[in-house]
Amino acid sequence: MIEVRDLTKRYGPTVAVDALSFDVRPGAVTGFLGANGSGKSTTMRLILGLDRPDAGQARIGGRRLRDLRWPLREVGSLLEARAFHPGRTARDHLAALAASNDIARRRVDDVLGLVGLAGAARRRAGTFSLGMGQRLGIAAALLGDPPVLLLDEPVNGLDPAGIRWIRDLLRSLAAQGRAVFVSSHLISEMALLAEHLVVIGQGRLLADTSVAQMSAGASSLEEAFLALTEPSTEYRTARPAPAPATSAREGRS
Amino acid sequence: MTALAARLPAGRYGFRHVARMEWIKLRSLRSTWWTLVITVAGAIAIGVAVGINTRNGSGDLTNNALAGIIPALVLTSVLGVLTMTNEYSSGMIRSTLAAAPSRPLLLAAKAAVFGATALVVGEAASFISFFAGGAALSHGIAAPTLGEPGVLRAVLLSGASFGLVGLIGLGLGAMVRHSAAACAAVVGVLYVAPAMIGGVSHSVARYLPIFIVGNSLSTTKPQSCAPGAACVHSLSAWAGLGVIALYAVAALAIGGWLFARRDA
Repeated sequence: MIEVRDLTKRYGPTVAVDALSFDVRPGAVTGFLGANGSGKSTTMRLILGLDRPDAGQARIGGRRLRDLRWPLREVGSLLEARAFHPGRTARDHLAALAASNDIARRRVDDVLGLVGLAGAARRRAGTFSLGMGQRLGIAAALLGDPPVLLLDEPVNGLDPAGIRWIRDLLRSLAAQGRAVFVSSHLISEMALLAEHLVVIGQGRLLADTSVAQMSAGASSLEEAFLALTEPSTEYRTARPAPAPATSAREGRS
Repeated sequence: MTALAARLPAGRYGFRHVARMEWIKLRSLRSTWWTLVITVAGAIAIGVAVGINTRNGSGDLTNNALAGIIPALVLTSVLGVLTMTNEYSSGMIRSTLAAAPSRPLLLAAKAAVFGATALVVGEAASFISFFAGGAALSHGIAAPTLGEPGVLRAVLLSGASFGLVGLIGLGLGAMVRHSAAACAAVVGVLYVAPAMIGGVSHSVARYLPIFIVGNSLSTTKPQSCAPGAACVHSLSAWAGLGVIALYAVAALAIGGWLFARRDA
């Protein structure tokens, strides 16, 4: 369970995350949606203690991050694709992380097998493709067998088979009773993966709802998302010129 | 959820666990080993070269054999910097902090592991240089022995300077975070600033780390002046060691304070 309460982060005059509150419940995949620059990654960094919030807090399993007794056994995370030193082998990378939380060494080989990197365990991670790097990041997230998982854009760099694999993996982890929190800007992927959705725009909560409810009022989840986030997107592409029959006021754009 | 949470073992992660992580991280990079090998080999080579070229046995032969210490310290200080900054340049810091969110604990473990490694390597460099430099003496000059006054102290403290100068690098790395800038900073602070200040004021220069290593730690008798000469005595060996230790503590304290406050 992740509880986010009034989380706020400013960078100078810009408010990146604005009094954000939501829960990520166990037993389901919760999708975290928002346009580019909406504050998804910052929110995840705040939850994981990489950035300090200006106000508010996040709790994982009822406790603040600094109070976690065995961090890797309580929350697994994947932020950007590269969170490893390129000169270290996959196995050494995971062995170092395992040591920090007193995780048995054989678990390293278990997770390498789980993500399909058993054959690349002794290769230096710098030689990995984007997709392999992503798999190594997922192996690190699963190392402590944690009840809470946070993944920022986990399908980035994965091929279709990889995307199918991670979808099945995350759904099965949720089915085991874990709280799985996954950000993406790919709506179609979310429609297949998540049961619950948290949608933000300009750092503010726009929706905290089930996938079914959100897509109910629109022709598709994508339409519902665009309608919801459009007022809060910073950039806007020019819409196709409206058909001649529309009113003069609209035609001026 | 309850079932999953119930599997959590007793206790909590601590210094011992984080230090093990840092040791695996340090030893699993080839660059660590290359740097350390070159550090020791360089120190010995310079000591031997000075030994071969010594024609007058009246100087401080121990100090001559340890002539490679100061050049070798460049590599150790830079390795200290990189031990911190490569966390940021590679993105590893995100994995590291996910495993050990307590930043003071993390920096303490890093400092202990790297400081101890640099100390061991430094002592090896110092002792081997001493014996190799002595063995390289010819022209009928007798090699110094560890039993002579001040010799063992000079060799031990020269080795110890690697641990402390390495920690100064680590602290600067925590402050500056970008590899290139932090390497420039450590070389500037340790080598360039003394060269400038040394030409202006000897009374200030004797407190600078590289002057302390050269004139107080690696000598059997701290460099002093001829009676009545207008110069300033170097610090005693132990005072010099204390001053360098203070620099290391200060660098780690400031670096640690910034590390704990800043976004990673």
